[in-house]
Amino acid sequence: MAETPILEVTGLKTHFHTPEGVVRAVDGVDFTLMPGRTLGILGESGSGKSVTALSVMRLVADPPGRIVDGRIMFEGRDLLALSPAEMRKIRGGEISMIFQEPMTSLNPVYTLGDQIAEVFQIHEGMNREQAWAGATDMLEQVGIPNPESRVDDYPHQFSGGMRQRAMIAMAIACRSRLLIADEPTTALDVTIQAQILDLLLKLQEDMGMAMMLITHDLGVIAETSDDVVVMYAGEVVERLGIDTLFDDPRHPYTRGLLNSIPRLGEKFTRGKQPLEEIPGTVPNLIDYDPGCPFAARCGQAMARCHTERPPLFKLNPAHYSKCWLSEADAEGRAGVAAAG
Amino acid sequence: MRTYIITKLLHAVGVALVISFVSFFLLFYTADPASTLLPENADDADIAEFEKQFGLDRPMLVQYGDFLAKVVFQGDFGSSWVAKVLVGDLIGVALWPTLKLAIAAQIIAAVLAIPLGIIAAIRRYSLVDNVTTFLVLVGQAMPLFWLGIVLIIIFGVWLKWLPVSGSDTFAHLILPAITLGSFILPLNMRLVRSGMLEVLSQDYIRTARAKGVEEGRVLMKHAFRNAAIPLVTVTGVQFGALLGGAVVTETVFSWPGLGRLAIESIQVGDFPVVQAIVLIFGAFTILANLAADIGSAWIDPRIRFD
Ligand SMILES: Nc1ncnc2c1ncn2[C@@H]1O[C@H](COP(=O)(O)OP(=O)(O)OP(=O)(O)O)[C@@H](O)[C@H]1O
Ligand SMILES: [Mg+2]
Repeated sequence: MAETPILEVTGLKTHFHTPEGVVRAVDGVDFTLMPGRTLGILGESGSGKSVTALSVMRLVADPPGRIVDGRIMFEGRDLLALSPAEMRKIRGGEISMIFQEPMTSLNPVYTLGDQIAEVFQIHEGMNREQAWAGATDMLEQVGIPNPESRVDDYPHQFSGGMRQRAMIAMAIACRSRLLIADEPTTALDVTIQAQILDLLLKLQEDMGMAMMLITHDLGVIAETSDDVVVMYAGEVVERLGIDTLFDDPRHPYTRGLLNSIPRLGEKFTRGKQPLEEIPGTVPNLIDYDPGCPFAARCGQAMARCHTERPPLFKLNPAHYSKCWLSEADAEGRAGVAAAG
Repeated sequence: MRTYIITKLLHAVGVALVISFVSFFLLFYTADPASTLLPENADDADIAEFEKQFGLDRPMLVQYGDFLAKVVFQGDFGSSWVAKVLVGDLIGVALWPTLKLAIAAQIIAAVLAIPLGIIAAIRRYSLVDNVTTFLVLVGQAMPLFWLGIVLIIIFGVWLKWLPVSGSDTFAHLILPAITLGSFILPLNMRLVRSGMLEVLSQDYIRTARAKGVEEGRVLMKHAFRNAAIPLVTVTGVQFGALLGGAVVTETVFSWPGLGRLAIESIQVGDFPVVQAIVLIFGAFTILANLAADIGSAWIDPRIRFD
């Protein structure tokens, strides 16, 4: 591949040191995101999606959290090696993030204008007047009616959908090249969800930014993503293109996720479909089990699965699966050349 | 915002009426001015004469109505039975020293409580946090008069650095203000600490950091303003307690304020002075609450736009 990835995460491990023990919230995450593309991150609640995203932003609360291993390369720069001041320039300027909870993600005591203008003041050195003009302009771009008067309003005067638009305005204000969206629509009504997704896709196209979209909604993945990473218990269990996800998923967990969604022709229904229909629950992340973390819930588990942890097998350059069943078809392991 | 303030003001007037009535009622049935003020050998005729002179022979409600009308329409609190001067004059002299003391104590408490509370919150379980938590406990357990006396012994008697009674110079203000300030400091500090701890775990703080806001600004702009809302409310509510503390502090330091005047008047049974001071303390407490309400509405738009 000639193009360099905008984001390349290798061997990421983020652990939380709690009184109950070390929580291995992220424990071996690898993925690559190309400029202008959308990477969907899929997984049940508690699988480590948010912690992965916060690790990229270096916003994991420390203590108790800590990135203990791995590399995060953003446009060739090692984010984990940057000074706090250098990292601050990246946040909101080059990588932005929006969150699941629009109701609580905006500061209740400042106007929207103030909160958006702040981004311009920090990253573009604008004075207050320019920054306010910029904020009004951003509100218009994300489709908030009457931006000139709304810019003076406080978050509690907006609906959830409008607040999420404001969050998006804040995130794209400085034309970040990477947008991390952590379940941006989960907390919203179904009709609003569609509007927000459409807005994100439109802005992404206009600005050519790459997007890392976290969700546990396959419908959202289907509509937005080019590539998909499936996470389970802090690990990436499968990486594949969007078409392969629906045509030829290999990991039993990925298949389980797909089966838990009712099919309607070619489309998938949108909405909060419970993924918990796979029997069992995510293992606790404190005790380390030498076998495959999914083995206890897996219908195809073999004796080996309970004792030996599978590596990430490379099925082809765009498809990886962390499952012993994939060994036979594999042309190699992640990072290791094919045996031939 | 205007209707908000008007509603609060009307509310305040109602509370003031209730306070005035209750305090009048209590004093009326507990005080026995004739036996306090007349010589011990006074007979029934002397007492009747005394009560007639001050209108004490009338029914309680009539006396209250008379008192209220004079206060409201003439600003007249009557005359002191002991000093034989207008109550208003006595109070006029003692009011400013008390206000000065209360304001100085409030400033000392804020100047220490805010930075210490913030540091304790961001360096939780650190040395600073543990030391301040310990001092807070000690401070809350220590009676006000005892602290005042200890300060007098150390800085007045041993070190001879500061005057220990009177109010002539700024130096006179220092020890009483520290004493009264440490009365409200512990609660304020704990409020700042717990407020900051709660606010710092909120989603909008993460949003601010995700925008690239630097940490000092995250703390002061994004977190503190939210954490200050309970502090402002409690400062208003605790103003009554502060005045109570002022009574003790003024007595310990012979500070010529309303608190000392109140104690002296109670001791000699000077009913009109006590009544006026109770009313004034009540009015200050109400005003402080009102100021706190307006202050928190100014900080928090969710209150303002209700
Ligand atoms: N501050 C923390 N202290 C201890 N454990 C934490 C902390 N933050 C996250 N974790 C743990 O890390 C694991 C992964 O959490 P994460 O929030 O990344 O899940 P998620 O995949 O985003 O789930 P969801 O879909 O519910 O958002 C969870 O088991 C959680 O308990
Ligand atoms: Mg999450």
